Amino acid sequence: MTIPYGFIFQFIQLIMALVLSPMFLGWINQCRCWLQNRKGPGVFQPYRQLVKLFYKDAVLAENASPLFRMTPYFLFACMCLAGTIVPVLATNLPFASVADVIVLVGIFALARVFLALAAMDIGTAFGNLGARREMMIGFLAEPALLMVLFTLAFISHSTNLTTIVDTLSHTRFIIYPSMAFAMAAYLMVLLAENSRIPVDNPSTHLELTMIHEAMMLEYSARHLALLEWASSIKLYDYFVIGFALFVPWGIASGSHLSSMLLAFLALFIKLAVAGFGLALIEALSAKMRIFRVPEFLGTAFMLAVLGTLTHFLLEA
Amino acid sequence: MIPLSSQLLNLLAALFLLISFAMLAQRRILSLIHLYACQGLVLSLSALIVAYSTSQSHLYYSMFLNFALKVLIVPWILHRLIHRLNVQWDVETLINIPTIMLLGLALVIFAFNLSLPIVHLAGTINRSTLGIALASVLLSFLMMITRSKAVSQVIGFLALENSLIFAATSITYGMPMMVELGIALDVLVGIFILGVFFFHIRNQFDSLELKHMEKLKDN
Repeated sequence: MTIPYGFIFQFIQLIMALVLSPMFLGWINQCRCWLQNRKGPGVFQPYRQLVKLFYKDAVLAENASPLFRMTPYFLFACMCLAGTIVPVLATNLPFASVADVIVLVGIFALARVFLALAAMDIGTAFGNLGARREMMIGFLAEPALLMVLFTLAFISHSTNLTTIVDTLSHTRFIIYPSMAFAMAAYLMVLLAENSRIPVDNPSTHLELTMIHEAMMLEYSARHLALLEWASSIKLYDYFVIGFALFVPWGIASGSHLSSMLLAFLALFIKLAVAGFGLALIEALSAKMRIFRVPEFLGTAFMLAVLGTLTHFLLEA
Repeated sequence: MIPLSSQLLNLLAALFLLISFAMLAQRRILSLIHLYACQGLVLSLSALIVAYSTSQSHLYYSMFLNFALKVLIVPWILHRLIHRLNVQWDVETLINIPTIMLLGLALVIFAFNLSLPIVHLAGTINRSTLGIALASVLLSFLMMITRSKAVSQVIGFLALENSLIFAATSITYGMPMMVELGIALDVLVGIFILGVFFFHIRNQFDSLELKHMEKLKDN
């Protein structure tokens, strides 16, 4: 009897998305504290918060519909699914061939629609406001994200993430100038989609400037915990997609234990460096006005299109 | 398989285009000058790589000239100018950056298409970067059109000259030494004359906004 290594590693990858994502968030917060000359709560603070929230009793508004109660579970499932599709440790996993990058963008869009609907469901002003802002950012960020992915798809002649990773990491190293554009655009989309600082402040307490937090104002206890967890998995997902697209070195192609360990180590280092980088960006920049966001994401879209164009000019 | 020098040149060309776009969208005059210096650095680096990989010795001189002039001297003069004019913290009110960006994108597509037939005629190792150089020329034009302040228009003009040199290196390995020296001198003299002009404009209109100059045409 052969052991189905593929499924085991697939399972490990899912567990890693669940377990590592709060720690990754904690690491980013910790780095931000260091950069601001504060001591910081430690890397494990998000776990403590999740545990605390899970022990509390949920309070629901009287006019909440089933959609409102369903959304946290749905969102959590969407992000977990996205985390399993991306090749984090190895490329030849059974789930990887299920969907390509366009489906991945679709999953994120689906999650966003549900969250926005749930935010509008209760009918409070802040929920409405947050949902509208989120949809505005979403419709500006998605074309940019798709263009980035198309640039990479042009380079590797496939929209499947595993093929993209394989072409980039397991062939000879070539400098792709279009990747520089795509990377800059992807970073901007990442900041906008995960409501990080230049676009939205994840730790704000001022309702008027909230985007992501405003949508979750009515949630409490286990629902809130799931939503927080889901958004940290989303951040993790975006980072591992970025790693798969731009720095795929270290991701194993077979399912040997040694190459897996190497892939795990590489992922850990990449996450640590990228988390510090994100904290640095957040420490150095100020949150911009909401009307500057179209400008910001318009630039991201332009960079992504430029990437595609330079691919045809310089690399075709 | 593309050789490494070509790959590096392509990367530098992409950076050049990126800087051109950044200049198009930059509001602060001080950052604009820094971007201009970066563009000069990319230009001289690509000249250095071309010179090394094709062993064209005159390109080394061109590289040194470009580096000295565009990374050190001109930015320094501009720094002094904006200090003396006391406009170093000026922020320009650019209207509608997304529209300008889309316009720039259209220009890039136009330039890329325009350069394709020319590229086939050239035999240089970095001929495919001509499209980018042409695009940067058009983007610098666009920058000069969309700006209302005198200093940023001058920086747009200097960026235009940078892109022209870049185009020249990409298609013919640079111009003859005499021409290049002449251009370098022109830029230097131009900067001095324009610097004097800035003070005159400010004395006359109390501001560096060029829209005030429209008053001149009535008399």
